[in-house]
Formats: sequence, C-alpha cells, structure tokens
Amino acid sequence: MPTEILSEITQSLVDGEPDITYELTHKALASGIEPMSIIREGLMPGMNIVGENFASGEFFLPDLIIAAEGMKKAMDVLEPELVARQQAIESPGTVVIGTVKGDIHEIGKTLVATMLSANGFKVYDLGVDVPTAVFLDKIKEVQANILGLSALLTTTMTMQREVIQALRDAGMRQTLRVMVGGAPVTRSWMNEIGADGYAEDAMGAVKVAKELMGIS
Amino acid sequence: MQKIKSISNPKISLNILTQEEVIRIHTATLDVIETVGVRFPSKNALEVLEAHGAIVDWSKMVARIPGYIVEEYLKMAPPVYTLSALEPELDLPLDGHHSYLGTDGCGVEILDAFTGELRRTTKQDVREVARVADYLEAIAFHWVPISAQDCPPESRSLHELEAIWEVSKKHVQTESIVTEREMSAAVEMASLLVGGREELRKRPILSIMECTFSPLGHDGGSLEAGMIAAQAGLPIGYMTMASCGSNAPITLAGNLVVGNAEVIAALVLMEMVAPGCPVYYAAAQTAIDLRTGSYTGGGAEDFLFGAATNVISDFYQVPLSMGAFATGAKEPDWQAAVDNSLSAFMAVSTLADMLLGAGLLHGSRILSYEMLFMDSEIWNILEATFKGIVVDDENLAIDVIREVGPGGNFLGHRHTRKHMREHWQPTLMDRRPYEIWQKNRDGAKEWARIKAQQVLHEHNPQPLDVKLQAELLRIIASIEKS
Repeated sequence: MPTEILSEITQSLVDGEPDITYELTHKALASGIEPMSIIREGLMPGMNIVGENFASGEFFLPDLIIAAEGMKKAMDVLEPELVARQQAIESPGTVVIGTVKGDIHEIGKTLVATMLSANGFKVYDLGVDVPTAVFLDKIKEVQANILGLSALLTTTMTMQREVIQALRDAGMRQTLRVMVGGAPVTRSWMNEIGADGYAEDAMGAVKVAKELMGIS
Repeated sequence: MQKIKSISNPKISLNILTQEEVIRIHTATLDVIETVGVRFPSKNALEVLEAHGAIVDWSKMVARIPGYIVEEYLKMAPPVYTLSALEPELDLPLDGHHSYLGTDGCGVEILDAFTGELRRTTKQDVREVARVADYLEAIAFHWVPISAQDCPPESRSLHELEAIWEVSKKHVQTESIVTEREMSAAVEMASLLVGGREELRKRPILSIMECTFSPLGHDGGSLEAGMIAAQAGLPIGYMTMASCGSNAPITLAGNLVVGNAEVIAALVLMEMVAPGCPVYYAAAQTAIDLRTGSYTGGGAEDFLFGAATNVISDFYQVPLSMGAFATGAKEPDWQAAVDNSLSAFMAVSTLADMLLGAGLLHGSRILSYEMLFMDSEIWNILEATFKGIVVDDENLAIDVIREVGPGGNFLGHRHTRKHMREHWQPTLMDRRPYEIWQKNRDGAKEWARIKAQQVLHEHNPQPLDVKLQAELLRIIASIEKS
C-alpha cells in the first residue's frame, strides 16, 4: 500500500530511526512509488512534524539532527533517481561554510551546516582551519549565494575580517552574502567587519540564511 | 594591609561519589586512554609520549597510553604547593585546607561601569577590572577576565598579563596563552618580576591554564605552551569543558570519563616533560542547552560536576581549579544569583582549591562590575556558612540562657556583644524597612554599581615600577609582528 509505506517513512523520521527511513525509502522505490512522491508525501511531512515539535519545545536538538540524518540517507537514495528523471528539488540557496584558518572548532559550524541542509540549502562544508583561498575557490566553483564563517577564539575572529576583505579584493563581495558565527562573535563585530548576517545558534542561522535569500 | 578571604577548613561537607564510584570512573578513564587514546596534535608532545611508552598513531596524532604509565606519572605530581604572589602575604597555599575564588575568563564584552553601555573589551578594561578584583578581599587571584581585543592577536595574552601586573600584586592564573612563543615570553616576563628563573620556580607568581579539546583531544599550541610552563616550574593545569550531549556523552558519568581522560592524559605529559612539576586539574564540565546546542552555563548538571570533580582530583592528589559562578544569565539577576550561589556552594562543599568565575554573565562572555561585587558577596555568605556551627560551652551558652530565663531577651547581653561580629553582614542584601525601599526602589544592582565606580575612582594600588613595566613591554614587543 503506497500511502501506508509513505506514512511509515514519515513516522520513522519522527521516531528518530534513520536506518528505517533508509530501508523504507528503498522499499518504496522498489514498489514503484515516484521519488518526488516519496519526498513530498513521506519525507517532508516527517521533517515538518519534527520541526513543529521542536518549535513547540517538545523536541530537542538531537531529535532534529537525527531526523536530518534520516532525511539525508533517504535523499542519497533518491537524488540519483531524480537526476535520472531530470527532476530536481528547489533549493533556497547554496552555502559554503567552514571554520576560519587557525581555528579547529567544529561542532557549532557542523550543526549550522546540518540545519541548513535540513532546510533544503545546498551546503558545502569545508571543515576547520580553512585557508582563505580555499573558501574563495569553492565559492567560485559552486557559485555560492552564502558564505558561513565560524570562529571560536577571539584571536581567530580577526580571520573573518580578512576573508571578507579577500572577497572584496577578488571582486566577489557584491554577489555573495556573508554570515559569521562563533561564541565570541557579536552583532557589533558583524557590523564592524562588514558581514551581512549573524546568529547566536543554529536555528537562528537558518532564519538569517533564509532572510538573506529573500525567503521569510 | 591587603587581605584575602579564603574559605578554610569548612565544617560542612558533601557526599557526592563513593570511593567505589570514583574508582569505577578512574578505571573507565584508563580504559579509554589505553584503548581509544587521546589526540595530541603536536609532534613534540607525541615524541615525549612515545618515548615514555605510549602507542602513537602518527597519522591521527592519537596516543594510547597504558594505564600503569598514566598512574606512574600522575604519582609524580606534588599534592601540595603554593601559588605565589608579588606580595608574599597574598600567597595562596594549595594545601587541601582552602578554597580560593578567582575572576572568570575570558569575556569579550563589558558593561561599562559608568555608562552601562555594552561594548567590546580593551586592554584598558583588563587593567580596570584587575584594579577592582585587586580591591575585593573575596578575590584571591586573577584570571584574565576579558580579552584585550585592541592588542595584536599574537601578543594579546601578554598584554593582558602586563595590564594585570601593572595594578595588582595578587597571583595571576592565565587561560589565554595558547602558543609556545607567547609562553616563553610570559616566563621571561614573570622571571623579570621576581628576579630570575630560579626564583620564579620557587615563587611562581603566574600559573597557567590550558583548555582541552573535547572530546578526547588537545590543541597543539596549548600542549606546546604547557610543556614550556612545566619546564619553567609554573603550575600548569588543563581544563575540560566537556559538554553533555555535544562533545561528551549525555550522561554525567560518561562526561566525567571523557573530561577526566583529557585532563589526566595532559597532566601525565607534563610530568613526563618535567617530573615533579606542579600541576592541577581544571574543569568546567557542563551540558549543552538542548534547544539551541549552545554553551550556556549554570544549571543542575553544572552543580553536580562542581562537587564531583574535586572528589576525582583528590583521588589523584592534585589541586583543582573549578569553573563555578558561570551563569548563563544576561543580567546580574535572579538566575545569576541561583546559578552562582549553588555552583559555588557545591564546589566549596568538596573543598575545590580554586574556584573560577566571578564577574561574568551570559556563559562567560560579558563582564559586569555589578556581578563581580555580587559574586564577592555570595563568596562572603559561603565563607560564613562553611564555618558551620561551633558546639562548645561558650557557644552552647547555658549560663547566658539561665541568666536571661523565660521571657527575657538577649539583645543587651554581653555574650551577644561578644559574639555578634561573628555573624555575616550583608553589603548588598536589602534588609531595610519596606517604606525606605519604596523611596528609590533601589537594591543590589544599583549599590554594586556605585561601589564599582567608587573603587575605580579611589583604588589605585601601588603601580608597577615604570622601569619594570618598560621591560615587560619590550619583551611583548619582541614577539609582535612589525
């Protein structure tokens, strides 16, 4: 029963069972359900329920992350199928993200990347200790709309300014929105270095990214 | 003469972990260090570890240290030593009988004492906060409370030290040096102030705190800086801030194992580099906020860690520097008072040697002078509380009770006058009549701010000799990029 398996997919995301989501996605495809239907009627409703429960305070961050993992596992199965059918899901934007040179803090940045992915952004996570030139190359390569720069130390925060300056020097600043984050980063720092967006946590970062893309 | 208010030989204690539970945590920790390993991203550190029997995976920079080696080197750590001050009366013996309070670090914003404006911190702010901390008896030693963000990144930590030394003779424990280069310069600066390297070894006026990199790792620069400090005889500690749910297991016991593995593995490295060097355990474990994933500070889990960690550091017979007072509150308010009172109470109840955290808000990000005074008041309350209740003839006061008898009062009795000054006296608590309060509706926050302003106007401790200061600045300049 197609509707039954789709609601099982939905439930597996809500229950935080990524492996089951993955198996059910395979099963649904094998039973002849269109990938776009699996996304729209199975996966998206699940992510929406998780999102609503999070917003109401019932779910915690690990619920979101585990659901996002299930979503990713399913999409890894479905994306080749979509490509084969010349179909695509609309993405709100492409993001390049990383922790600046000299700084190896990862968790906050990865959380932001996960949350952006879960909200449909196409995310390229360059990891930690990322040289400025690597950011610039990747932005050009994937034609990113947004750059996310993380720094956890007062001494590495200054690299955020340097990357922004490098973007200006390369003539790339006009078309790119820059978001900054990390424990010592503040709104006044964002203003001082001429970044476009700042948030204190991962959910805030998703909101800011959407605003920067003109989506409310 | 300047005094320091420590909490000594407290009469109140707390049972938080049984000996058997501590041994289980220790055994689990040795298992993790031996079989999973700890990441030491420093060639120097790994070479030392390998030469002393650790199994090193060079591609991952992970060292797995056999348990017996961990235990052998931990035994070399001296159980008792003194944190020296530029003024010997301000020395802090870490002898297992005292708890001392220090400032917090390292904030990035400050609420201006005069305008109330929230702004980024500068070297001048470091100097001024140090002056206020110098004035407060509750504050036994300085941490670098806020970052001197107007100074170059490569020498900022040294400017912070210099700013504190300019205005205070209390012991300094810095948490902001993260490179070998800065540490060598800091050793040189401290040596200059005490009259040479050998003298510094005898009288370490500076101790060093480095952060671990949870889970189960370290920062290369911090390790290399630590090894320099250990060789110079500066007390060195490694602080875990393992957070339940993000870089440590969600369960508290699991967090203790991860944090413990990081800390003791680093202390073992220090003992390998400089056998017998003074080391300490440092910790500020916490739990992430489950809704934002952020470090917030405060809460029940923090309180439990605050008490449990000293039991663990006691097991290893090394002093503890414990993060307390680390409220997530945005203002010096109800939340701050609850967090800071309980976290300090729990840490003192197991006699943590050093407590950190006075003066910062919003998870150690924003310095508030008001909070610094309020935290000192909390400390004073604890100091009085931990004296406990003395039960002897004089205190049982049977003769006095007999004299006053049923229906009398004790207000005018000599015994009352004799002992009344043993009672704690508030400086910020409001005990006035209601109608007096109604006139201005003021309270702790306003009074604390006025006191801070007064101290900033009036407390100008004997400044550092200008020649010495010039020498310190010369050392700092020598490592700055031109």
